[in-house]
Amino acid sequence: MSAVVTEKKLKVVGTRPDRPDGVPKLTGTAQYGADYTLPGMLWGKILRSPHAHARIRKIDASKALKLPGVKGVITAADLPEQKFEYVGAERVAQNFWHMTRNILAREKVLYEGHALAAVAATTPAIAAEALKLIEVDYEILPHVIDVEDAMKPDAPLLFEDMITRGVEPPPTKPSNVSKRVEFKIGDADAAFATADEVVEMSFKTAAVHQGYIEPHACLARADADGQAEVWSSSQGHFVVRTMTVKMLGMKTGDLRCHAAEIGGAFGGKTVVYVEPVAVALSKKTGHPVKIMMSREDVFKATGPTSGASMTIKVGVMRDGTIVAAKGLFKYQAGAFPGSPVMNGCMCGFAPYDIANVNTIGYDVVCNRPKSVAYRAPGSPISAFAVESTLDMAAKKIGMDPIQFRLKNIAKIGTPTVWGPKHSHAGFAETLQALQKHPAYTAPLGKNQGRGVAVGYWFNGGGESSSTVNVNEDGTVVVATGSPDIGGSRASTAQMAAETLGIPYEAVRPIIADTNSVGYTQATGGSRVTFATGITVINACKKVTEEMCKRAAKMWKIEPENVIWEDGSARPAGKRAGEFPPLTFKEIASKRTATGGPVVASASINAEGQAPGFSAQFADVEVDPDTGAVKILRDVAAQDVGRAIHPSYCEGQIIGGVVQGIGCALNEEYIYDKNGHLENAGFLDYRMPVASDLPKIDAIVVEVPNPNHPYGVKGVAEANIVPPMAAIASAIHGATGKRLTDLPMSPPKVLAALDG
Amino acid sequence: MSEMRFEAPKTAEAAVALLAGASGVARVLAGGTDLLIQMRGGRVEPELVVDIKGIAEMSTITSENGGFRLGAAVTAMEMHEHAAFSKAWPGLTEAAMLIGSYQIKGRATVGGNLCNASPAADSVPALIAAGATATIVGPKGRRDAKVEDIATGPGKNSLAKGEIVVSFLLPARPANSGDAYLRFIPRTEMDIAVVGAGINLTLDGKGVCTAARVCVGAVAERALVVQPAADALIGSTVDDAAIAKMGAAVSAACRPIDDKRGTKAFRIKVSGVMARRAAAIALNRARGKN
Repeated sequence: MSAVVTEKKLKVVGTRPDRPDGVPKLTGTAQYGADYTLPGMLWGKILRSPHAHARIRKIDASKALKLPGVKGVITAADLPEQKFEYVGAERVAQNFWHMTRNILAREKVLYEGHALAAVAATTPAIAAEALKLIEVDYEILPHVIDVEDAMKPDAPLLFEDMITRGVEPPPTKPSNVSKRVEFKIGDADAAFATADEVVEMSFKTAAVHQGYIEPHACLARADADGQAEVWSSSQGHFVVRTMTVKMLGMKTGDLRCHAAEIGGAFGGKTVVYVEPVAVALSKKTGHPVKIMMSREDVFKATGPTSGASMTIKVGVMRDGTIVAAKGLFKYQAGAFPGSPVMNGCMCGFAPYDIANVNTIGYDVVCNRPKSVAYRAPGSPISAFAVESTLDMAAKKIGMDPIQFRLKNIAKIGTPTVWGPKHSHAGFAETLQALQKHPAYTAPLGKNQGRGVAVGYWFNGGGESSSTVNVNEDGTVVVATGSPDIGGSRASTAQMAAETLGIPYEAVRPIIADTNSVGYTQATGGSRVTFATGITVINACKKVTEEMCKRAAKMWKIEPENVIWEDGSARPAGKRAGEFPPLTFKEIASKRTATGGPVVASASINAEGQAPGFSAQFADVEVDPDTGAVKILRDVAAQDVGRAIHPSYCEGQIIGGVVQGIGCALNEEYIYDKNGHLENAGFLDYRMPVASDLPKIDAIVVEVPNPNHPYGVKGVAEANIVPPMAAIASAIHGATGKRLTDLPMSPPKVLAALDG
Repeated sequence: MSEMRFEAPKTAEAAVALLAGASGVARVLAGGTDLLIQMRGGRVEPELVVDIKGIAEMSTITSENGGFRLGAAVTAMEMHEHAAFSKAWPGLTEAAMLIGSYQIKGRATVGGNLCNASPAADSVPALIAAGATATIVGPKGRRDAKVEDIATGPGKNSLAKGEIVVSFLLPARPANSGDAYLRFIPRTEMDIAVVGAGINLTLDGKGVCTAARVCVGAVAERALVVQPAADALIGSTVDDAAIAKMGAAVSAACRPIDDKRGTKAFRIKVSGVMARRAAAIALNRARGKN
């Protein structure tokens, strides 16, 4: 790939233009998942389990079907059975046998809120009434919520035939442990014996929800010829298509998916819940069907990320060298296998150059909603444990926490615990930027403390496509397959404008439907500005090559003697200076005469992404009488490679910190003894409100990624990794008490202070 | 599906007639900030909803015998914007203004807050500490009751069928009086009290406390009037020792539960903390310092 463009040449990249999608969002005309309607549309509603664990003996919908206005009812019997197999790379493997059972339960319901039937009716009220008329005969079973309880030999089993994968020889008895993973370099056990100090601590985290403002919603229509269309809010309409056709046994070409505007996702909209149900109801009734989740549905039945139990052991020398590290990670998968425990095992110690590391992870099912990706899935959980332990180790040897981390930081060539060596710079530069922040040495007051932590995330590459259409007035439309969650329309337009040499305002970025642009993976893994961005740049380069050919035609000279410079075709070589330059706009206006429409597409399966790295410190003040923790300041440095739109980079950093503060202080799933979620709403599921938050200083560090034309690294995820440990260490600094159980809510802090 | 009847009468008596005559579940709608959520969540499916916001005596603040008559359907924001009322009763006004977002404050009413009978209602401990009297209209006419006798337990109140609280009488304020309400929430706003404490006190010319009322919320099935806590202040100069004794009396009176919002131990301790801090504010107000 081309070398990184030097900064002085850039005109649009690195500026902060208005977002192209801003006006419809401000004026309320932007169409989100729930905003689509069609003539003759029905309202779909989903029947959900009131029990945490029960066998379904019988579902009788006959009374519901007799209710006037009810046009159809479906259950799992209306979806084809899926083969039991894990598909795809181990880290993100899927099992469609599980997925279909999560969409509509078959043999058992596995958590409160588990969907098991759906109704389509002429009004929402009739659909709601019909749900009450569906009779379900349940055999209530014992349930298990906590991960440690679920691992006990006598725990109730969610799957009576689940044999733990990754253990040799395989266990003979079934359990709730879906998988064991282990990574190892060196010999940690032997190295602990050589360490000057060894610190070992155990931790717990709570299941936390992504908390996007927009509940899942979709509109589906199916025609008599088998063709269907879906409008839904998701992180990837191609993912919606892939999963929906799989769940319904359709041909890929028979389903067209449109990306609605999206009101937040954070990983939680990378899977389908309502789309296959809506298509199935539409097929059954012959009408378009709209399904909208309530907030309660979102909390009870869509993915939180895992809660976990963890034990960390580190051995350090007095000079600060970390010589050995071990981590044991037990993650709740929820009702079906697939927690991000493998990521946790990989990311926890990834920022460091440690010769002897051993991490072991368990993926454990329990009677909770199935966990789904949440911003750097798995990494914030393990980082809370690892970074808290490292803070204690640094304190034990009397070393400044940033200095301690700089002493051990991974560099290009440092091996990772999973094998490959680190191949990008930026970790040390980010820590140094944090260290230089004037507030790092500012004095603290009474009951105040400061804590430092870092965070690692892989970032993603993968498959993306885009198409550039040149209009006759010199404007262009850039179509990508990436739903815009974090400002990708703006960065797309900037990269296109930069590459074409035209004004930002001349570029109209759109998100094309699955039938109108090449395959594109979901917006996730901080991959879009990197991978989709490369396709946009490559398509724009094809356009400039074509524009040079058109100019050659207009000048009647050889195309090889035309170059593209500063947004214009110029005669070059032996023709240099023969004609004045032709601008992009001038060439575009001669489209018809020079060969017809100028269109270019580019696709990629991108590699070469650089990981995300964030280093932060938090200052807190603890109220000694109530245990309330006030965040006074959070300074977050992150290597972004190069900031295409610096405001969006800062926004991503601030957003990740805010979500991390929520996980640190108050967010948690609370269950009663019957396995019912007690806080399925924003009142008692306490995300931070604006007045809870301090000013967050985002430090944008730029160490360009040589594998992207403008140096981009993914920005969206690493920032959520450090806050929990940074805040825990700050509380420790303020009070002398180490909190090891998230969230660090006032009752827990006060109990620690009084204990 | 059940049909719902919606009525918006212009007098309390007409509202009472509707409620008394209802055969099924009937509900009074003031700001709707509790009722609409309950209806949406399927927890109540009323056959009759009586909107009382159009009843003049319920929607106004007027002077009465040197004090104030506060309509039960007056919103938190209207209390806040009523200069004389909010100056006389800053603690009560602040308590009402802690409820929800600005949008909610523009709808939520003290009467609704009381009759909804949540033990965690913010305005109720402040209203009780203020010594307010509720005026109730029912099928048998009008009667007055102490505010502390209205709510009896979570979601339960002592009103008979057809009765509605129409207004509150806030008594005339002696010189050197101050009130305050503080609550503990895990966030800074948009939350429900884990504990709340309302204090109202009066000093004599020498700074000695001659009257005090202490009421705490979210530590029992309803707001608790803690007489020993008030007794700890009365006769003192509200010095640190008296405030500490008052806080200890508050903690001793609490009988909370463990729930999703807090533990028993937390509530017992922090109710005392909130009461002490509220007393300090009330004292400053009584001394003429805000």
